[in-house]
This record gives sequence, C-alpha cells and structure tokens, in this order.
Amino acid sequence: MPAFDGELASLRLCLRRHPLGGQGGRRGVEIFLRVPTELDVVEEAVDLIARHCLALGLSARAARFNLRVALSEALSNAIIYGNRLDPSKYVDVRVLATDSQVTLHVSDQGDGFDPSSVPDPTLPERLELEDGRGLFLIRQLVDEVRFNDRGNVICMVLRRA
Amino acid sequence: MSFTVRKDPRGVVVIGVDGQLIVGNRHELKQKVLEALERGERKLLVDFSNTGYIDSSGLGALVSLSKKIRESGGELKLAGLNEDLKTLFELTKLDTLFTIVESPEEAVASF
Repeated sequence: MPAFDGELASLRLCLRRHPLGGQGGRRGVEIFLRVPTELDVVEEAVDLIARHCLALGLSARAARFNLRVALSEALSNAIIYGNRLDPSKYVDVRVLATDSQVTLHVSDQGDGFDPSSVPDPTLPERLELEDGRGLFLIRQLVDEVRFNDRGNVICMVLRRA
Repeated sequence: MSFTVRKDPRGVVVIGVDGQLIVGNRHELKQKVLEALERGERKLLVDFSNTGYIDSSGLGALVSLSKKIRESGGELKLAGLNEDLKTLFELTKLDTLFTIVESPEEAVASF
C-alpha cells in the first residue's frame, strides 16, 4: 500500500516511487489525488500537485505557470462540463514524473466530449465571448495534449527542458 | 482572495485583485464593477499588482465586464500585470481587446 504523503482539507494525496519498467530500470514518481466535484478545491489541488512537481525537479516557471494554468483549467472543465457539478462524482488526477517529463492525467466521470469540436477562442468573432478559453490555454502551455476515445480523460505532458 | 475598491481623487474607481481571479471569485468581481456602474462611475481600473493568477473564467469575466462598461459609456483599463499574466493575455489575444497599462499610477493618470 502506498503511503499517504500529505493531507489538505478534503484532499488526500498519495505518492509512490516505483520502477516504470522498460530497459535501463528507469524510475519515476507517481502522484495520485482524488478531487471532489467542488470548484472551491481546485486551487488547493493545484497547489498541492505543483509543490510536489517542483520538489521533483520541474522548473519553477513550469510549476508556477504552465502546470498551474493547465491543471486548473483541466480540473475546472472536469468539474463543470465533465461531472456537471454533481457532488456524488469525483475527478482523479494522476501525475507521473520521470527524468524526462511530467505527465498529468485528469479523469472525470462524465460522458466525455469531442475536443476537435472546440473552436479557437482567438478568432475575431469569438474574442468577446466569455467562455471557451480553457482548453486553448492548456494546448498553448503544455508540450502535448491527448484525450481518451470517450473524451473524459485528458493527458497533458510537460517535457523537462 | 479578495477585492478592494477605492476611488482615486481623479474620479477613477480602482479595483484591486488580491490573490487570484478564478472561477470561484469571478462573480464577486463582476458584482463590484456592476455596483460601481450603477453608482454612475464610468472610469474603472482593475489593478493586478497583487494578483498571482487569473484563470480562463477570470479572463472571461473581464471580457464580459469590458463589454458592459463600454455599453454604459464607460472605460475599463487594466494595470499591474506580472509576466505570467501578460502571457495569458497575449496567448488569448485579449491584449488586443483591453487597454493594458504598466502601473496603476500611469493608468489612473491616463483616463
């Protein structure tokens, strides 16, 4: 059983070090955090993950800015659009940090969506709309974005410089 | 997270954002600005000198307020953005929509 590394309000973070397999015995650290469907906890959750990623060697700028923005947006989207603010549901965050990159998976319990259907919010006709910038910011600030087929899990990769 | 509202002697309402402007508090900012508009204020400045982070909902709230202020015949300016915040405005091209001034003092003087 992995040890619990930190506890903050309703959030409980689980961290374990383990070999990732493959040749050369590459090792990594996995962080797991279950987040309730509450917008008020997004900031705490992001702080907790960002602090651990900083401690695991992610650059200060990437931890403070790129990861913070991307994870905040992914969590907000998961809570609002994925779980539709249903308090009986939760969002899982899994982070895998290796020597070469930090990979963040954010999974909600919703029906998923088609990411290709999200329009570019910087188009002149969309610039004055209130919503629709979250996924765009994520794409701008991480090195790689992937979704599962259902569209309820986003995977974001930050490569180390 | 909180907002401070003060009126400069030159008639500019300065709203300071302490901490973050995010999905959890954007409605509070909207309310403060709309209250000022209802009082007849038309020169509004949002000061981000003490702001660490704005999320996409916060950006959206500013976009919606900017439209409302313009429709009321007023003017909105933003000031005191750190490098991270400037980057967010540039990436989303919102730097083309807002008047962004380096310091709040400059911004107040420029109305």
